[in-house]
Amino acid sequence: MNLVREIDFGTPASKSEKLVTLTIDGREITVPEGTSIMRAAMEAGIEVPKLCASDMMEAFGSCRLCLVEIEGRAGMPASCTTPVAAGISVSTQTQRLKDVRRGVMELYISDHPLDCLTCAANGDCELQDMAGAVGLRDVRYGYDGANHVKARNNGEINRQWAPKDESNPYFTFDPSKCIVCSRCVRACEEVQGTFALTISGRGFDSHVSAGMNEDFVSSECVSCGACVQACPTATLTEKSVIEIGQPEHSVVTTCAYCGVGCSFKAEMRGEELVRMVPWKDGQANRGHSCVKGRFAYGYSNHKDRILNPMIREKITDPWREVTWEEAFAHVASEFRRIQYQYGRDSVGGITSSRCTNEETYLVQKLVRAGFGNNNVDTCARVCHSPTGYGLNQTFGTSAGTQNFDSVEHTDVAIIIGANPTDGHPVFASRLKKRLREGAKLIVIDPRRIDLVRSAHVEASYHLPLKPGTNVAILTAMAHVIVTEGLANEAFIRERCDWSEYEDWAAFVAEPYHSPEATEVYTGVPAELVRGAARLYATDGNGAIYYGLGVTEHSQGSTTVMAIANLAMVTGNIGRPGVGVNPLRGQNNVQGSCDMGSFPHELPGYRHISDDATRETFEKLWGVTLNNEPGLRIPNMLDAAVDGTFKGIYIQGEDILQSDPDTKHVAAGLAAMECVVVQDLFLNETANYAHVFLPGSTFLEKDGTFTNAERRINRVRRVMRPKNGYADWEVTQKLAQAMGLSWNYGHPSEIMDEIAATTPTFAMVSYDYLDKMGSVQWPCNEKAPLGSPIMHVDGFVRGKGKFIRTEYVATDEKSGPRFPLLLTTGRILSHYNVGAQTRRTENVVWHPEDRLEIHPHDAEQRGIRDGDWVRLASRSGETTLRALITDRVAPGVVYTTFHHPSTQANVITTDFSDWATNCPEYKVTAVQVTPSNGPSDWQRDYDEQARQSRRIAGKLEAAE
Amino acid sequence: MSENTNAKLIYMANQIATFFQSQPAQEAAQGVATHINKYWERRMRRKLFEHIEAGGEGLNPLVIEAAAKIRKPEAA
Ligand code: SF4
Ligand code: SF4
Ligand code: SF4
Ligand code: FES
Repeated sequence: MNLVREIDFGTPASKSEKLVTLTIDGREITVPEGTSIMRAAMEAGIEVPKLCASDMMEAFGSCRLCLVEIEGRAGMPASCTTPVAAGISVSTQTQRLKDVRRGVMELYISDHPLDCLTCAANGDCELQDMAGAVGLRDVRYGYDGANHVKARNNGEINRQWAPKDESNPYFTFDPSKCIVCSRCVRACEEVQGTFALTISGRGFDSHVSAGMNEDFVSSECVSCGACVQACPTATLTEKSVIEIGQPEHSVVTTCAYCGVGCSFKAEMRGEELVRMVPWKDGQANRGHSCVKGRFAYGYSNHKDRILNPMIREKITDPWREVTWEEAFAHVASEFRRIQYQYGRDSVGGITSSRCTNEETYLVQKLVRAGFGNNNVDTCARVCHSPTGYGLNQTFGTSAGTQNFDSVEHTDVAIIIGANPTDGHPVFASRLKKRLREGAKLIVIDPRRIDLVRSAHVEASYHLPLKPGTNVAILTAMAHVIVTEGLANEAFIRERCDWSEYEDWAAFVAEPYHSPEATEVYTGVPAELVRGAARLYATDGNGAIYYGLGVTEHSQGSTTVMAIANLAMVTGNIGRPGVGVNPLRGQNNVQGSCDMGSFPHELPGYRHISDDATRETFEKLWGVTLNNEPGLRIPNMLDAAVDGTFKGIYIQGEDILQSDPDTKHVAAGLAAMECVVVQDLFLNETANYAHVFLPGSTFLEKDGTFTNAERRINRVRRVMRPKNGYADWEVTQKLAQAMGLSWNYGHPSEIMDEIAATTPTFAMVSYDYLDKMGSVQWPCNEKAPLGSPIMHVDGFVRGKGKFIRTEYVATDEKSGPRFPLLLTTGRILSHYNVGAQTRRTENVVWHPEDRLEIHPHDAEQRGIRDGDWVRLASRSGETTLRALITDRVAPGVVYTTFHHPSTQANVITTDFSDWATNCPEYKVTAVQVTPSNGPSDWQRDYDEQARQSRRIAGKLEAAE
Repeated sequence: MSENTNAKLIYMANQIATFFQSQPAQEAAQGVATHINKYWERRMRRKLFEHIEAGGEGLNPLVIEAAAKIRKPEAA
C-alpha cells in the first residue's frame, strides 16, 4: 500500500466547453478555454514551481515562483494567473526564469527557520520541495536583520515574531514558519466560506491572523481544517502529525458522521491513524470536510470503549464479561425461549443509520428470516421516515432528487427546517459559495440560523414561522404561486396528473390559505410569504433543501408532500440546480432506509405484502416470509408496556437518548426480558440491557454508506477491530447461533446479495465501486453510471401526484401552564446524541447543552444569561443553563440534545407524525423558570446510570 | 391491555383520518384503510377492531367507515 498522492493542478478546472491548443516546452496540449497555463502544463505532465497556488482555490499570483516565458511576449507572466491562448508557445524553464526563481526562494528561505530535520512537515513541505526544485544551494542573508524567525534579535524583543497558537485542540499555528502565501486565508474564504482569517499589515509586516487578532479557538474559526490542508509549510499543522510523524500509506474511506458522506484519505502509519484528509475526488465533498470528519475520530481509542461482550441477569446487576461464544449462545437461547413463551412476534430488532448498508441488511434479514416476523425498524424512524412516505406518495420513490454538485446550478435555494452550517457543514460551504456567486436564499425557520446572515451571505427572505406551522406556510406559498399565475403549466401538463393538479390548485387557491389569512397563526407577515413565493417561482432554478425541522412534526409527512407540490408546480424537478433535497442527519440514514429496515418493506422500498418481492427473498433465504407489516419502534415500546413484546436486538442505536419521551422508552425497555445492545460504548439504552455486544468503528470494517444524494460510498478497513469482530460479523455469528446457515466471508458478498435482489442496486458491487469511486442509485442496466439526478424524463411513479395539504394545528399547544414552544436542533461540533463527539476534543466548542431564550421572555422570568433554569413540559422536566439571544423569537426556546445529562427528551412528548410515527421533536409546549440545580429525574437518572454501568471486577468507570 | 396504549391507538387512527378527511371525499375512507393495512401490525389492527366492536368511542367516524376495508387479523 502507498500513500494516495493527489495531483495539485495549481488552479481549478475551467468549466468552458471551448477548447484551446497551445504548446508548452514543445509539447502540444489542448485544454478548455480559461485554463491557466500552470494547469495546462500540469495536465501535460510539466510541474511549474509554485507556492501560492492550489487547485482548491482561485489563483492569487503573489509568490512569483511560477513565472514562465511566452514566445513573442515581453516579461515573465505568472503561469497561475495567466490563462492559455490559442497557438502560444510557453517555456517553463529558461536561464532567466531559473535565476529569478532562485532569487525568490532565497528571500523566502532567509526569513524561515532552518530546522527542517525536526520540523513536523518534513516529508510533506512544499517550501522544501520548491527549494529543491529551483536548485537553491545557498542563502546569502542571515537572521541578523529583520525577520519573523527569532523571538529575540541581539537580545532585543523581536516585534515581528509571534508565538505558536496551540489553542485549537487539533492543529497548531506557528507564525515563524509562515511565508504569507495566503492559501489559508483563501481556503477559509473560498472553500469553507467562514472568513475567519485575514492578512494584516503590509509588505514585510504582513502576517496571518485569526479573527481580530484572536487565538484560533476564540475566533470565528469552525475548525474545518481547510487552511491546514492548504498550508504549504508547517505553519498550520495537525497536532497528530506533530505527535506521530508523516504517514506511510493511506486508504480512501467515508466519514461516519453525517449524511453529506465526505470521502477521506485515512493516512496511516501501520495501524495508527495519523490524520484524515478529505479526498479531492470525493464527489460529495470535493476535497473539503468539517471538524467532525477530519478531526473527531479520537473516540475510537477512548477508554470508555467496551471491548468484551457482557451479560447480566437483571439490569440492577453489575455486568459480567463473557466470551463471544457465551454471549451468542445466551442471546440465541433467550430469544428462542421468549418466542416459545410469548409467541413469534414478541421479539424484534433495530438497525442503525450509523452502521453500513451490509450490516443493516443483515439485521433486517436476521429479524425476517431468523425471528420469523417483521419487527424491524431503524433510527431513521425518528428523523426521516416522513421523507420516505411523502416523496413516495408524490414522486414514487423515497429519496432526494439531486446530487450535491447540483447546487452549483441553483438560482434560488429554499432552506426549511435545516441548519446546514451546523448539521451539514460541507454542503453549507458549497451552498455559500453559490450564494456568493449571486444565487438567492430563502430561509424558513423559527430560529435565525447562521445562513440568514453571516460573512458575505444574506438571505433574501427569512420567514420566522411559529414552530409547527410549516404546512400552513408552504400551502400559503402555493396559494401565491397558483393565484398569481406563476404555475409552470407546461411542465405540469407534461409530467403530472392534470386532474389531480386542478383539484390541488383549487384547494390551495381557497382564500383561507392566503398568506394574509395564515399570518395569524404562522406569525409570518404576509408580504414576506408572497415575496418568497414569487422569488422561488420566477427566479430561475429553484431548489428546496430541508431537514428535521420539516419531518419531526405531527404533520411531517404532509410537509414533505407540500414541498414536493411546490417543486412540481414550479417545474423545479428533473435537471441540475433544482429538486427536493432532504438533508439526512446521520451518515447512513438513506442507506438504512434503502436496506429494508422498515417493518413494512423489504430492501428497495418494496412492500412486504408484495408476493413477487417476498418470493425473491424466500427463494434465496430458504424461508417463508411473513406478509404482515411488523411493529415500528414506538409500537414496539407500546407493545412492551402491554406485555406482548419481550426481546430486542439493537445495533448501534441509543433509543433511550434519541427517542422522544424518555420515560416511556425507559418503561418499555424495563418491561422486556432480553435487551441486547451492540455499540461502542455503554450508551444510555445499555442501562436497560441484559446483553452488551461490543461494536466496531468505521475504521475497523469494510462496507458502504449511502449519503443524502443516494451516493453509495465505500468504507474501507484501515485497522483490525479492537473488539475482535466487525459489526456484520457479530450479526452473522448471532444468526449462526440461532441456527441460520449464513456464511459470508466478506461484506462484498453481502452487497452482491443486495444487488441480486434489489433492482435499484443491480449493478452495484465492490469491484464496480472501486472502479467508479462511487455511484448514486438507481444503478442498473437502465442507468449503468448511476443516477445523479432523478425523475429526469418522468417521475418514477409515472405522473407526479399533487396532494392536498391541509394545515392541522398540532395538539401540542402552548397555554397558561406551558406558555413557550420548545424546538430542538444540533450544532456543528457534535453529532446526534454525542456518544462519539463527546469523547473527543470537540467538547471545547460545546461543553453542555444550553437553552436559547429571547431577552424579553428571559427578563419576564428574571433569568440572566448563564443562569440555571428549569425546563418543564407535561412529560417531564430537566435543568440546563440559559443562553439569552434574539436568534429565537419571543415565545420560542431552543436547545440541542447532545449531552445525556440534559435529557432534552424527558421534555419532548409522544406526539408523532400521523403517517409514520416520526416523533414531534420540534414542538413542545414548555415553561421555563429559574432553578438552582439538577432536577430529581436527572439525579435519579444519573444514579441509575452509574449503578447500571458497573462491571464486575472492574473499578467503576468515572465518566 | 393497557388503557394508555389503547388511547394512543385511537389518537393515531384519528390523526390518519384527519389527513384523509382533507382529501377528495371519494378517496378518504379507502385512504385510511390502505394506510392502516400497509403500516399497522396485526396487534394494532386487532386492538382497533376490538375497540370498534366495543362501540368505537372517541374514533373519528371516517375510521369506522374505513373499518370495512381494513384487513381484520385473526384472533390472537
Ligand atoms: S479551520 Fe476552517 S474555519 Fe478555521 S481558519 Fe481554517 S479554514 Fe477557516
Ligand atoms: S499559514 Fe500557511 S497557508 Fe497561511 S499564509 Fe502562512 S504559509 Fe501560507
Ligand atoms: S460530518 Fe458530514 S460534513 Fe463533516 S466531514 Fe463528515 S460527512 Fe463531511
Ligand atoms: S504560484 Fe503563481 S504566483 Fe504563486
